Parts: sequence; structure tokens; C-alpha cells
Amino acid sequence: MAEVLVYVDHVDGAVRKPTLELLTLARRVGEPVAVALGNGAADTAAALAEHGAVKVLTHDASEYADYLVVPKVDALQAAVEAVSPAAVLVPSSAEGKEIAARLALRIGSGIITDAIDLEAGDEGPVATQSVFAASFTTKSRVAKGTPVITVKPNSAAVEAAPAAGAVEALAVTFSAAATGTKVTARTPRESTGRPELTEAAIVVSGGRGVNGAENFAIIEALADSLGAAVGASRAAVDAGWYPHTNQVGQTGKSVSPQLYIASGISGAIQHRAGMQTSKTIVAINKDAEAPIFELVDYGVVGDLFDVVPALTEEINTRKG
Amino acid sequence: MSLRIVVTVKYVPDATGDRHFADDLTVDRDDVDGLLSELDEYAVEQALQISENSDDDVEITVLTVGPEDAKDALRKALSMGADKAIHVEDDDLHGTDALGTSLVLAKAVEKAGYDLVISGMASTDGTMGVVPALLAERLGVPQVTLLSEVSVEDGTVKGRRDGDSATEQLEASLPAVVSVTDQSGEARYPSFKGIMAAKKKPVESWDLSDLEIDAEEVGLEGAYTVVDTASERPARTAGTIVKDEGEGGKQLAEFLASQKFI
Ligand SMILES: Cc1cc2nc3c(=O)[nH]c(=O)nc-3n(C[C@H](O)[C@H](O)[C@H](O)COP(=O)(O)OP(=O)(O)OC[C@H]3O[C@@H](n4cnc5c(N)ncnc54)[C@H](O)[C@@H]3O)c2cc1C
Ligand SMILES: Nc1ncnc2c1ncn2[C@@H]1O[C@H](COP(=O)(O)O)[C@@H](O)[C@H]1O
Repeated sequence: MAEVLVYVDHVDGAVRKPTLELLTLARRVGEPVAVALGNGAADTAAALAEHGAVKVLTHDASEYADYLVVPKVDALQAAVEAVSPAAVLVPSSAEGKEIAARLALRIGSGIITDAIDLEAGDEGPVATQSVFAASFTTKSRVAKGTPVITVKPNSAAVEAAPAAGAVEALAVTFSAAATGTKVTARTPRESTGRPELTEAAIVVSGGRGVNGAENFAIIEALADSLGAAVGASRAAVDAGWYPHTNQVGQTGKSVSPQLYIASGISGAIQHRAGMQTSKTIVAINKDAEAPIFELVDYGVVGDLFDVVPALTEEINTRKG
Repeated sequence: MSLRIVVTVKYVPDATGDRHFADDLTVDRDDVDGLLSELDEYAVEQALQISENSDDDVEITVLTVGPEDAKDALRKALSMGADKAIHVEDDDLHGTDALGTSLVLAKAVEKAGYDLVISGMASTDGTMGVVPALLAERLGVPQVTLLSEVSVEDGTVKGRRDGDSATEQLEASLPAVVSVTDQSGEARYPSFKGIMAAKKKPVESWDLSDLEIDAEEVGLEGAYTVVDTASERPARTAGTIVKDEGEGGKQLAEFLASQKFI
């Protein structure tokens, strides 16, 4: 069976969930060969093997942390040349898309970004995408070269599928461009202890209706009762009530959880673009005409300052 | 010293309009009103600010690849304060994908001459967010992308990138390709004076032969990807909507329990 390269997103060896989801999709198209770079690369092998990686190509060098994007492109290109894969899959983060695009250009291949599903087809992998703020679904293929496809988080289930996961060192020679953009400082984001927004099964978001940074405590309390991540509309972020990293929408994160709860959010097209593929959608808004109600499975017309605390209390009671 | 900035701007269908596909599965650009992509207004704004904060002689050129109507996007950017514009237009460009677009932009940027290219973070129709990285790869210059803050001094561009797991300070020497996010600062509105002045600013038109690009390299024919089907997402089945009369929270909890979320 043909091999499929999977680019590994990890933090110091801890593999992030979207990569494990990619392995599930990769197995539909071929035998997954993972590529893990940077600090802790070899430590990823156990988790990758458990989820189907037959091989894990690793390389560590200071360039991966010290310079932007290009060293990773060089390494992935080296892996493509070593393996001649049937496809290359990359998690759809901002950086993942940049890496994938530059790789595709270098190897003379087409690129598909933000796939939400992937299946084998007669003429290569077929990717499903959700476009125009999720109002259309398309199926596309790469027509030239080795398909390079980036896949959004929460597009597939993580499945156990034990495989060898043999670690092999990848030989990488950095290009002249590798050191072009220097990372002169890096401040890691403080962990909130809540799930990662794009990876969470449940997202609880607040918008302009929350009316103040201090009031986000009631959104957080609801999130914590459900073990959810917290999101925010751009209006709430622009007002300085919640960090931009938590923004959901076209210019924030795109989320696709099992459950999305929007409170005090009107449902503008740019917000929808980031949450419309959620499986179940719930909204609380005091305006019965708010467009968000067009999307919901369940909506409560009411004041969020009444409904949200009551909901949180009820959930906590039921949990006992 | 002089600094030549080229800002890439895209003319896109209005996101609040009814966007759809044409019969050949390309984005229908005829039936929906178009405009300068809002995310490229931020790029124009940063170019103007770099110019205002610079002692150098800064020249800002705005560049678009698109149909006849794309001139509207250029006009808007000129009325915000850019100095001149280039419009790449050719019938053979219909259906060009991101790889093809980056080729055309790269050739045009090179022909125009540049020290710094500034792009938006993504186009509001394609939303791939890959063209700036592709442009840097083609031009063989550093990419300093997704910046929420940018400055240029002594031939060096610096910026802040707010990534998923960390905030990074980036630095590269010119020439370079930059992209800026919508966190970089509100874009200004064109003034009346700006709108009047824009009418007299030069707009050059180039076609593929001016850029020595073969028709087969771009357009639907040159595309590296094929869209096989596009279907409208079925409308979500109408949900249950209740009015809170004191029991809204409890009713919602009941629904979540019935769906096994609690
Ligand atoms: C290029 C571009 C990119 C954008 N990107 C994004 C993006 O990524 N994400 C995003 O979210 N937006 C984005 N926007 C902005 C978007 O257009 C909207 O302005 C924004 O989503 C509105 O946020 P909101 O729903 O919180 O605020 P509003 O539209 O003001 O809605 C607030 C809602 O809260 C309700 N409300 C008020 N008080 C209460 C209460 N006490 N109880 C219950 N309900 C209450 C109101 O009825 C109203 O429906 C973008 C816009 C542009 C032009
Ligand atoms: N046809 C085009 N003409 C000019 N600039 C473009 C074009 N397409 C993309 N760009 C630029 O590239 C950025 C990212 O676009 P994209 O990769 O399509 O999301 C945009 O914000 C623009 O600055």
C-alpha cells in the first residue's frame, strides 16, 4: 500500500489531537508515515504508533524554533523526497497552511486547505470542504503532483490502530531561505486549564451581549460545568473583554465541536463562518429576531444574565 | 533612501450577499456586488502608517489580479492614500487557483519593483491564507506573516505574530513579504479629498503577456486542483425555540441532557 505523509503538530513531544485525527484519515488513503520535527520529536513516536503510524521520521535542530516556517518546509520536502508518498496531510493551523502551501509549490503539486473530510477516490484522495461561511460543501481533488491537503481539527474521530511506529532519523539540509525570518522572542500563552478551542468537544461563546470583561465569568462558569472551551465574538474581543486567541469566526478560530453554545451573539456571517459546522448549536439571545436563531437546534429567547447562570446551576446539580 | 511598498489587494464578492458558484464551479463574480476585501484594507492601512512614520521617501503601489470590476478595489485603496495602482487583467485568468494567483502576483511585483510586499491575512472569499507565503517562496524573500503589529526601520521589518500557542516577535531584512491581521489596527476611511485625488492617480493595466506568463500556467486549465461537486448545505432543520419565562435555563439543561451532553 502507498505511504501517506502526516505532518505532526506537537508541543515538546506531546502530540496534539488534530494530528491523531489526521492518522485516522490517512489510513483511508494509505499507510501513515509521520514526520515530527523539533524539540521532543522522537517522544511523539509512542502516541503516533498507537494511532497507526508505521514509521515516524524525526529531526531536531534549533532552526525549527528560531526561524519561521521555512525550516519545516525544508524538512517536509526532504521527507517527500525520501518516501515518495501518495499524499501529504498537514493539520490546518495558520502555520500548517503556510508550510503546506510552500511545500506544494516546491514539489509542483496542488494544495487543498481546510478539508473537513477525506476519502480515497479513483483519481486520488477526495477532500470535502465547507465554503462561503459553510453555506456550500465542495468535493475537490488535486489534479497535479502529490496531493497536499490540510485538514481542520475535529474532522475525524481519533482511533486506536496499533502499528510499528518505527523511529527513523530524517536527513535534512536547510535551504538558504531557512534563516530568513528570525523569531527574536517567544512568549508562550498561559494555559487556562480549559480544552483547546479548536479541539474541544463543547464550546461556550459570549458576544457583545455579555457586556463587560468581568461578566465573562458567567460564560466561563458554564464552560467549566460542561468541561468546555470558551469562545468569543469579534465584538467582545474588540471591546477588550476576552483575548483574541479565543475569537471564533472568519478572522479567529474555526471550530467544529459536538456542541456550540452562543450567548449574546447575533450570528453575523463572519461569526457563522467559524462555527456553522458545529454538530449541535444552541443560542441564548434576548432578541427573537437575531440571525443566530436560524442555525440553532435549540434556542432560548431571554436575558443571558438569567438563563446562563440558571443553566450552569442546573448542570452542576444534575452532575451531583 | 526610498522604500517601495506593493500592497496586494483582492476584489471579492460581498460576504453579506448571496455568494454562490457559477456553472463551471468557479466563484460567481457576476451576480454579487464586489468590493475591496476588508482584510486587505488593513494591509493598505499598515502601508500608509509605515509611510507616515518613515523619514524615507515611500511609494505605495496597490496591485490586484482580477476582472474589470476589480478596479473598484484599486480606487478604494488609492482614495485611502496609496500612490498608484496596477491592475492585472486577462480573460485567461478566469478560474486561477492560489498557486496561479501567486505566480501572477510574483511576476507583477517583480516587474513593478519592490522592497516590501504587504498582503492581507486571507481573502474573504477563498479564505485560504496561503498567498503571502506562496509569494515569499516564489520571490525567494523572507515571509513575515500574520502580524498584528508591524514596523520598518533601516532595511529591517519587525512584527508581532500572535500564534496558537505563543506570541512571537519576528524580524527579517528587506526585501520581504508581510501579511497583517485584522488586529493590526482599524483601516481609515477615505476622505473626500482622498476620493478626489484618487481620480487622478495612475492605474496601469497589465495582461499575461506583459508578465511573460503562458495562458496554460493559469486559469482553470492551469489549476492544480479540481472541484468535482459543490452543493448547497441543506438548511438546518428548524430548531426548537423557547421564550424564557423563568424556566429557560432548566429547559435548556433538559435539552442538553436529552442529547447526552450532560
Ligand atoms: C472582515 C471581517 C472579519 C470579521 N471576523 C469576525 C470573526 O472572526 N468573528 C466574529 O465573531 N465576528 C467577525 N466579524 C464581525 C461581525 O461582522 C460582527 O460584527 C460580530 O460577529 C458581532 O458580534 P456580536 O454578535 O457579539 O455582537 P452584536 O452583533 O452586537 O450582537 C450582540 C447580540 O447580543 C444580544 N444581547 C445583548 N444583550 C443581551 C442579553 N443581556 N442577553 C441575551 N442577549 C443579549 C443582542 O440581541 C445581539 O443579538 C468580522 C467582520 C469583518 C468585516
Ligand atoms: N487576486 C488577487 N489579487 C491581489 N491580491 C490577492 C489576490 N488573491 C490573494 N491576494 C492577496 O493574498 C492575501 C491572502 O489571500 P488568500 O491566500 O487567497 O486567502 C489577500 O489578503 C491578498 O492580499
